[in-house]
Amino acid sequence: MYRTLVLSCAALSMAILSASQSRGDDVVVVLAKMIITVSGKPIENGAILCKAGKIVSVGESSSFTIPAGAIIKEASVVIPGLIDVRTCVGLSGIFNVEHDSDQLESSSPLQPELRAKDAYNPGEELVAYIRSFGVTTIHTGHAPGELISGQTIVTKTVGNSVEESLIVDGRAICATLGESSQKSGKQSPGTRAKQMAMLRALMFEAIEYRTKTTKKTKETSDKESEDKESEDKEPADDAIARNLRLETLVEVLDGKKALLITADRAQDIATALRFASEFGISIWLDSAAEANQMIPQIKEAKATVLLHPSMARSSGERESLSFQTASMLQKNGIPFAIQGGFEAYVPKARVVLFEAAIAAAHGLTRDEAIESITLSPAKILGIADRVGSIEIGKDADLALYDGDPLEYTTRCIGVVVNGKVYDGEASD
Amino acid sequence: MYPANRRTFLSRSARIAIGIGLVDRGSLSTAEAYEAEETIAWKNAKIVTANSPTIEAGSLVIRGASIVDVGPVDKVVVPPNARVVDAAGKWIMPGLVCTHSHVGGVGAADGSGPIQPGVRILDSINVREPGFRRALAGGLTTLNIMPGSGHLISGQTVYCKLRYAGKGPSTIEEILIRDNDGKPIGGLKMANGTNSQGESPFPGTRGKSAFLVREQYIKAREYNAKVTAAKDTTDKMPPRDLHLETLVEAMQGKRIVHHHTHRHDDIVTVIRLAQEFGLRVVLHHVSEGWKVAKEIADSKFPCSIIVLDSPGGKLEAKDMTFKNGRVLDEAGVRVGFHTDDWITDSRLFARSAALAVRAGMNRDKALQGLTLAGAEMLGLEDRIGSLAPGKDADFALLSGDPLSVYTRVLETWVEGKKAFDLANPNDQLYAEGGAGAGSELNPFLCCFAQPWQLGETN
Repeated sequence: MYRTLVLSCAALSMAILSASQSRGDDVVVVLAKMIITVSGKPIENGAILCKAGKIVSVGESSSFTIPAGAIIKEASVVIPGLIDVRTCVGLSGIFNVEHDSDQLESSSPLQPELRAKDAYNPGEELVAYIRSFGVTTIHTGHAPGELISGQTIVTKTVGNSVEESLIVDGRAICATLGESSQKSGKQSPGTRAKQMAMLRALMFEAIEYRTKTTKKTKETSDKESEDKESEDKEPADDAIARNLRLETLVEVLDGKKALLITADRAQDIATALRFASEFGISIWLDSAAEANQMIPQIKEAKATVLLHPSMARSSGERESLSFQTASMLQKNGIPFAIQGGFEAYVPKARVVLFEAAIAAAHGLTRDEAIESITLSPAKILGIADRVGSIEIGKDADLALYDGDPLEYTTRCIGVVVNGKVYDGEASD
Repeated sequence: MYPANRRTFLSRSARIAIGIGLVDRGSLSTAEAYEAEETIAWKNAKIVTANSPTIEAGSLVIRGASIVDVGPVDKVVVPPNARVVDAAGKWIMPGLVCTHSHVGGVGAADGSGPIQPGVRILDSINVREPGFRRALAGGLTTLNIMPGSGHLISGQTVYCKLRYAGKGPSTIEEILIRDNDGKPIGGLKMANGTNSQGESPFPGTRGKSAFLVREQYIKAREYNAKVTAAKDTTDKMPPRDLHLETLVEAMQGKRIVHHHTHRHDDIVTVIRLAQEFGLRVVLHHVSEGWKVAKEIADSKFPCSIIVLDSPGGKLEAKDMTFKNGRVLDEAGVRVGFHTDDWITDSRLFARSAALAVRAGMNRDKALQGLTLAGAEMLGLEDRIGSLAPGKDADFALLSGDPLSVYTRVLETWVEGKKAFDLANPNDQLYAEGGAGAGSELNPFLCCFAQPWQLGETN
């Protein structure tokens, strides 16, 4: 199917590579030999109409009237804009120097109060770089490396300020188990057991804080509306002093924020599941290199996996990772998405398109691989009403290719975000 | 692609290498692996020879450790005693040659100083490290195993053949590629730019880096003058200096210099110093090579480039781009690729060439960049790197186009022996990963501030 598409794409790509200066309120029509909607059936010779940043029509191009003045883009294959379910891009910069590295604060092992939106740089070159391959939404934030390193945000890969592109603020808080968040010498945590002792102690503190604040709120609540943001409240004279750290954890206990736990070793995955069970919370297992040895346990716990990049290095705590882990998760019905992840060195930002392609060569079908970087992460992140598939009413986020999107030699020839057209990968 | 005066050396050494390959096999303890001079013919495969046009329906015939014939099915006469394998629908290409690898848990020079040419990496290689098996799973058959880039001169590299058929080697000696005197062949690793800078005694600037290198080669030149003047008269010979004699080998073109370099001005500095001392250089990584493609082409030095999924990670790699291979090739530079394993995974080596093609590089040149170009950069092109009669029977059998993500390496053959077979569960482990396929340790890449540790607390 794709073979014939590739043949016809050379002529098409000429038209698509024209400069993109459209605004979000433009009318954009994307014509494609193949539209992979992900949520529904693929459409051959299809068209997508985008207005005011939303998809307003999808169907066969033969039954399609192109509005006058519309910006027309053509491609061989169009898929939903890609979603990176776990990255640090925008906090971790291209130069990898102190100046552009804000992904990890090492002054204390427990800092859930650190907000990603205060650290995210939407102008970071690597944000535009991954967008050029089709990535339109990222779940980015604090890196692995401290017991609790901070929070995350969900944002589009466009915009001049974080406010402009933000989808979800404070989506998750990030915890790391195992060696990479352990300290040497007399600092804590120095062992796995100490890590859990510290985490559990903090959670019980948060439970007590919640009890105290709930009680206090109840006493004075009659006049206040329930859905009002806590920031807006006028503290009463006898109010309990706000504790940003515990407040954040209360949101985790209440299911308002997710707890993302980076755990690669099987024993650390088991510990993460034990922790989730103790506090009655659902967790996102992050990286999870040895998930391939823990499939029954992860399934039983109904945990979600934000799987390490397929091309992550097989060394250190990830020595036992496998190209087939994605396929194993898929076959066992475990919710998962493939991530770009955090790289301390090179490649400084991994592209989820490339990572999913490797999974497709090792057990996932092509459709499953594409779903693992579109609709699956959208569902996990709770934003599937807006992004993740090509459906009427959803954000006009599209990735355009000149052939099979997963093939090494296929090029991304354009990207649409919120109905605005951006360049695909560099071609000069 | 090399200056004419160096070609002479090249051909001679390569002839020696061929002769030695045979001697080698007889003298090895794995002699039983080679006793059966079986003739095997693969028929109906699509064959990438790397030195002639790709054959749509071809035959490859090997006997023992060497290739007997290769060509279109109707032109190749298959000997009657041959075991014939139908390879219809499959592809065959020369065993991949990686000019820059760190597999084997290796390390050479230590933190005591920036210039340590006498240190040999072959004294540090663990042949049981899973990286070798993973490299075979990627179709690789020859590796240049290198020390890291944290020194101006970090030691001697070594060229290895992945002779892992059967139970695999017990010692490094079994996988070395040797010269006529039985001496292991290898190059010399050098670096410039920021990796090799540091606290004293390491240089703090680019100017100091170049100075320290020049000073050392001038010393080596003087040392060699004394050795030559002594004319083997023992009492006149200077005390043997392992560092300086290695540099003399480099100046005589007997030891190829594999030079790490990223930024455009650093690349030009390498060319300048190489020309001053008559070094035969392969430029490695060359992130900004595309900015000085003409200068590189004029030098006639080849480039072994790295392809990474995104630019950056350090300042001097911020302008790295997929188009590097195309621009260099079109400027007339000989281009090869490398894995820098563990920086990239040997199992995905062909992907580097595919990404260069994605950015417009000529397909055949990109395939040569995985094979013949690499062989040339090691001075071994008369023995490996392409499929031709008389060459080593090193090749990969593939399920399809080497530049497709969906293609799998089915078998890897080294000197006529099947060293990797995807159908074998033990080998499949290394191809797919899982417990036992990886390594708990990262390679020892002394001595620059290892950026991948910046995100870690200890």
